[in-house]
Amino acid sequence: MPALTRRHLLSATALVAFSSSALGRSLTGSLPWQPNEAYPPQLVRPGGWYFLTADEAAMVDAIVTRFIPADDLSPSGKDAGCTVFIDRQLAGPYGTYEWLYMKGPFSANPLPTQGIQSPLVPQQQYRQGLAALAAHCRDQFGGKRFEQLTGDEQDGVLRAMEKNELQLGQLKRPLLDAKMFFDLLLQNTMEGFFADPVYGGNRDMVGWKMVGFPGTRYDFRDVLANPGQVYNKPPVSIIGRPAWNGRPA
Amino acid sequence: MSRLPKKDVVIIGLGWTGSIMAHELAQAGLDVVAIERGPWRDTASDYNIGTAPDELRYAIRQDIFLRPAQETLTARNTPDQVALPIRKYGSFLPGNGVGGAGVHWNGHTWRFMPTDFNLRSHLVGRYGEGFLPEHSTIQDWPVSYDELEPHYDFFEKVCGISGKAGNLRGATQAGGNPFEGWRSDEYPTPPLKPNLAQNLFHKAATELGLHPFPLPGANVSTAYTNPYGVRMAPCTYCGFCEWFGCANYSKSSPQTCVLPVLMRQTNFEARTLSEVTKINLAPDGKTATGVTYVDSAGREWEQPADLVLLCAYSLFNVRLLMLSGIGTQYDPATGKGTLGRNYAYQTNAGSLGYFDKDTHFNHFAGAGSLGMMADDFNGDVFDHGPHGFIGGANLACNSTNARPISSRVVPPGTPRWGAQWKKATVETANHTANVGSQGSSYSYRDCYLDLDPTYKDPLGRPLMRMTFDFKENELKMSRFIVDRTAEVMQAMGAKQVVKNYKRGPWDVVPYQTTHNTGGAVMGNTPEDSVVNRYTQHWDVPNVFVSGACLFPQNAGYNPTGTVGALTYWALDAIKNRYLKNPGQPMVQA
Ligand SMILES: Cc1cc2nc3c(=O)[nH]c(=O)nc-3n(C[C@H](O)[C@H](O)[C@H](O)COP(=O)(O)OP(=O)(O)OC[C@H]3O[C@@H](n4cnc5c(N)ncnc54)[C@H](O)[C@@H]3O)c2cc1C
Repeated sequence: MPALTRRHLLSATALVAFSSSALGRSLTGSLPWQPNEAYPPQLVRPGGWYFLTADEAAMVDAIVTRFIPADDLSPSGKDAGCTVFIDRQLAGPYGTYEWLYMKGPFSANPLPTQGIQSPLVPQQQYRQGLAALAAHCRDQFGGKRFEQLTGDEQDGVLRAMEKNELQLGQLKRPLLDAKMFFDLLLQNTMEGFFADPVYGGNRDMVGWKMVGFPGTRYDFRDVLANPGQVYNKPPVSIIGRPAWNGRPA
Repeated sequence: MSRLPKKDVVIIGLGWTGSIMAHELAQAGLDVVAIERGPWRDTASDYNIGTAPDELRYAIRQDIFLRPAQETLTARNTPDQVALPIRKYGSFLPGNGVGGAGVHWNGHTWRFMPTDFNLRSHLVGRYGEGFLPEHSTIQDWPVSYDELEPHYDFFEKVCGISGKAGNLRGATQAGGNPFEGWRSDEYPTPPLKPNLAQNLFHKAATELGLHPFPLPGANVSTAYTNPYGVRMAPCTYCGFCEWFGCANYSKSSPQTCVLPVLMRQTNFEARTLSEVTKINLAPDGKTATGVTYVDSAGREWEQPADLVLLCAYSLFNVRLLMLSGIGTQYDPATGKGTLGRNYAYQTNAGSLGYFDKDTHFNHFAGAGSLGMMADDFNGDVFDHGPHGFIGGANLACNSTNARPISSRVVPPGTPRWGAQWKKATVETANHTANVGSQGSSYSYRDCYLDLDPTYKDPLGRPLMRMTFDFKENELKMSRFIVDRTAEVMQAMGAKQVVKNYKRGPWDVVPYQTTHNTGGAVMGNTPEDSVVNRYTQHWDVPNVFVSGACLFPQNAGYNPTGTVGALTYWALDAIKNRYLKNPGQPMVQA
């Protein structure tokens, strides 16, 4: 199919991953190389929610801010864009576990060594988990919402989830329990804080600056020439860095 | 189903072994087609420098790996448990698409030791039969190190492996591994430059009387032109190697070493996004007539061929044999049958060291194969008599990356979130190092592969079922090794050392290694192997099997150096012997 590049196929099927949308083809005689063919991720811009409702987003904002509170080391998880990141991830193939094996039967008693065995995909886990958490807060804190609790109260709720000492409504293992939901929230928050900023979190590379990760410079032969020295160059992401766009680094 | 014109050779899978087979046989003048279930992939488009270094996309979401929705396995630890599907790949991550796992491997490129090949007779000779663990099914390989040496050498040259020889035709070389088998030649490119951790390890190991040497790696250290005329560029220590494609043409892979010349041969054709579903047999069951495959539009095709080469990765080679009804399924209850027998893995563990604030490791400047090693406790280099286990591991101090989603370290006892977590993360960042190990995994009667009774793939065919656990022998070996890693770490100057012992049962979630071995092992008789010493199927002589499924058990090394050597060993037999007498077994059963 000489006239049809994979880029065509990609745009024709919007967000569907190219390997499932492209067609089988026969190649012979030369490398099937096309100029300017590459598969960049879509740049996430904040603004509006693609999967979360406004109420859910407010709750996630509060949670990511307890996970990553603002201090002199970095801005908060919310200000770093973790909620935007989570929302966009949930709206994409990750949110539906599109790439995972999700055929039944789903066992009621999986072994601890058998990994994910819940039929609930991340979209459902967030929807049901956040609803149950909201109900829990309403019951336990006189009708308040999670984001209306004090920081200490919020930490207490999160700690109880982490220790699996909180019951999330009717939810239980292997479907979802407080600890499983906590682990998912924490994992996704950390992903957002440390992933390339192209995905909507780690805004201005605040996560990378915090840990001294120089990002995607791709050539560190200068470091190997002189091991053990402090490295001071600012990080670079696959969307560049603010200074390149006329903003301070 | 449409029937296509016949080819001389059909190759199932265009990864490491498939691309080498295709290139050599096309060069020999045969009409070759390779059928690959994933997409076409190449450096400029798929591993572009502007998109390749993306931790979330590749290492976390596993964008270029085989997606479980397409094919997965079921897993359990023991035969009395119910296996459940690996819904998300974790412990191992098979490849998908042209280049296979060769695209996103780490590149540690080893030769097994000479005694790894005559393992059983060597151990029984030295320690007696009673020294072997209960239910051990280890056996000698049907090939020797000496026979494989020229093929190891050529594979290393195709890859441009960086390293330092320790044994050149029997003469020990300073700076290399004194315990390695003899080498006919030096490594094609010099070792990578060490980072701080490698320098500290080298010094500490030497002080402890060990014999450190640089990790042989598929990251070329200098500009290099391989025997096929393909050119590679020096590694830049980008820190996005394992789990990523290389944008620099520095990591040896089918893309960087073979495909540019393979694709110029007009008697070769690649068909992508086409999944082979079955090897077809003639009515007598003794000859393969070709393969059936399904393309991405769901159309089914029959590709007849004289010679069928299974190059679909270790696990999927085994499954395709099962689905095609070729060979006899192994049964752990009776010990009869060979297909699926002797599945083994790798036993990895190590120690983490916390250093003071003036020690800046800069692991972000790393490469998949940037490491310093010691083999003093690998294979049977040391006397196992006092220890009561068999096997061993190499000790490794690597600097591969500091990608922050996965590579964040805090001291034990630190909360996982909140202000304290932040403080500890910042204080610890860049001040830790790891001394790890790649340990042997020997075969046992109840570790095996078969077809799952319940779970199916999208085409409705049974998934393969994996029954595997780490056995006491391996755990004991690994405890001994981890204690050694901790000694080195201490000597490197760590102010705190945390030993991370390997613990069973085997868990499908944390990444361990994509070193799945056995299941279609090579051997001297059809009673204990699926293929003969030339990797030719005992029952169907025009089917050859590639990959680590051939290993009777796994050694204390990554497999691909040996997989590459076996591929060239098989090619030598195919080109120089089989093709003169096609369809005939090269070894009489
Ligand atoms: C993350 C990672 C790190 C690794 N690091 C190392 C390392 O440091 N050192 C080392 O020695 N090894 C390492 N390995 C292992 C190494 O990649 C493999 O040993 C090697 O690629 C095996 O070659 P192969 O040809 O058998 O399989 P592959 O290279 O995987 O190729 C198999 C091909 O067959 C295709 N295929 C499968 N089924 C079908 C079908 N039914 N029809 C058509 N096509 C099919 C696949 O899509 C794939 O392209 C690593 C692997 C991974 C995933």
